[in-house]
Amino acid sequence: MANITLGEDTLTCQAHETVLDTLLRNNRQIPHSCRQGLCQSCLMRSLDNPPPVSSQVGIKDTLQKQNYFLPCICHPEQDMTIALPHQEMASSTVRVIEKQRLATDIIRLLLTHEDSFNFSAGQFVNLKRADGLTRSYSIANTPHPDKFLEFHIRRLPDGQFSNWVYDDLNPGDTVTISEAQGSCLYLPGRAEQPLLLVGTGTGLAPLVGIIYDALQQNHTGPIHLFHGSRDIDGLYLMNEMRELAATVDNFYYTPCLSGENTAADLITGRAHDVAFAATPTLKGWRVYLCGHPEMVQQTKKKAYLKGASLSDIYADAFHVNLPTGNVVSSHAF
Amino acid sequence: MSETEEATANVTLFEKIGGEAAVSAAVDVFYRKVLEDYRINRFFGNSDMDKQIAKQKAFFTMAFGGPNNYTGTDMRTAHARFVTMGLNDSHFDAVMENFDATLKELNVPADLIAEATAIAESVRADVLGQ
Repeated sequence: MANITLGEDTLTCQAHETVLDTLLRNNRQIPHSCRQGLCQSCLMRSLDNPPPVSSQVGIKDTLQKQNYFLPCICHPEQDMTIALPHQEMASSTVRVIEKQRLATDIIRLLLTHEDSFNFSAGQFVNLKRADGLTRSYSIANTPHPDKFLEFHIRRLPDGQFSNWVYDDLNPGDTVTISEAQGSCLYLPGRAEQPLLLVGTGTGLAPLVGIIYDALQQNHTGPIHLFHGSRDIDGLYLMNEMRELAATVDNFYYTPCLSGENTAADLITGRAHDVAFAATPTLKGWRVYLCGHPEMVQQTKKKAYLKGASLSDIYADAFHVNLPTGNVVSSHAF
Repeated sequence: MSETEEATANVTLFEKIGGEAAVSAAVDVFYRKVLEDYRINRFFGNSDMDKQIAKQKAFFTMAFGGPNNYTGTDMRTAHARFVTMGLNDSHFDAVMENFDATLKELNVPADLIAEATAIAESVRADVLGQ
């Protein structure tokens, strides 16, 4: 019989019991529904050992890699220490190295991280101010020997956190960061697969990280980035992306302007519309979508209808925190 | 009966079709067909895509004779809203048509398609609240 450790408590999994059975028998509040490995509402994460492969069936590959599993179909093979997603995550205090303006209202924030901090480009962390105010931001870089993390932060008119970062956070100051989370990232394998990446606003941040990650891991298939913004100022990193497209054979970059102002050398239209018009079919493609929640939801469905497999679509919707403090879903400015 | 035949006889439809991997492959093909089918897509397209996918997986697992917790009452409750929207036999027929086309497209042998179709058909009355 295996022991299951959740938080402070260790529970014993009886013979024939699943991990979910054990947790529910001990009155632990675990969201669950189908109890047959389909709905994924009981998704949990093993913190020590890889979970049995049979308990990861149907889970997104990027989550499998992070030892997520379904307790309702998990018959443990050994003792396990587990947690609910987003529960009791380790945090660390990190220092600001640099603040650099990328556009009128977007800055690049560089932070140090500890040796033990593991992440993939495209994942996000929660940044926490000393008084507890917390926001999620995507990591825009791949792991680097100098141990830094790059974030692109847009200043929002009523954004408590972003205004603080702009006005009061300086190099040398510290913030607290959570572990890296999220499943919108590049996994090696199928190096010839064409990649489509569509981002709006600072949705570019995780996509840039994913692109560099793919290139560092020798992705050989074409990599198409479509970045959309209402105004030209929001098409930040345009020079860097154009330079990359000029030097890397399999990388293609299309900045798209969706507002009223147009520019001679830029395509007019919403990034996802432009992307779909340029791509007759997405059968066999891998698709990454980051940014405005509505764009992400709609584009996900369209990408699927255009032939992309459900398992090949990775999405990260950025939800804006309302000034009232209502936290919406996983990802916020 | 030879040993081989005996072994084959004990394998469930779910295992013969290919288990969870077959469910995922079938849903990927099926849900796309359904969303493009003007006769029925209004019953499928409006909710969160990930939730829809989970529901389709549960449906295919059941139809393939796999482990499931479906009850007639669940079926009735879950579809009652659609029955008031006008869900009827013609829509169920359209779903079954897509179901059949999906399995054919994935080269599932005809005898297994017949078995799965019979199971899927068995929930018709509950789904339509008849």
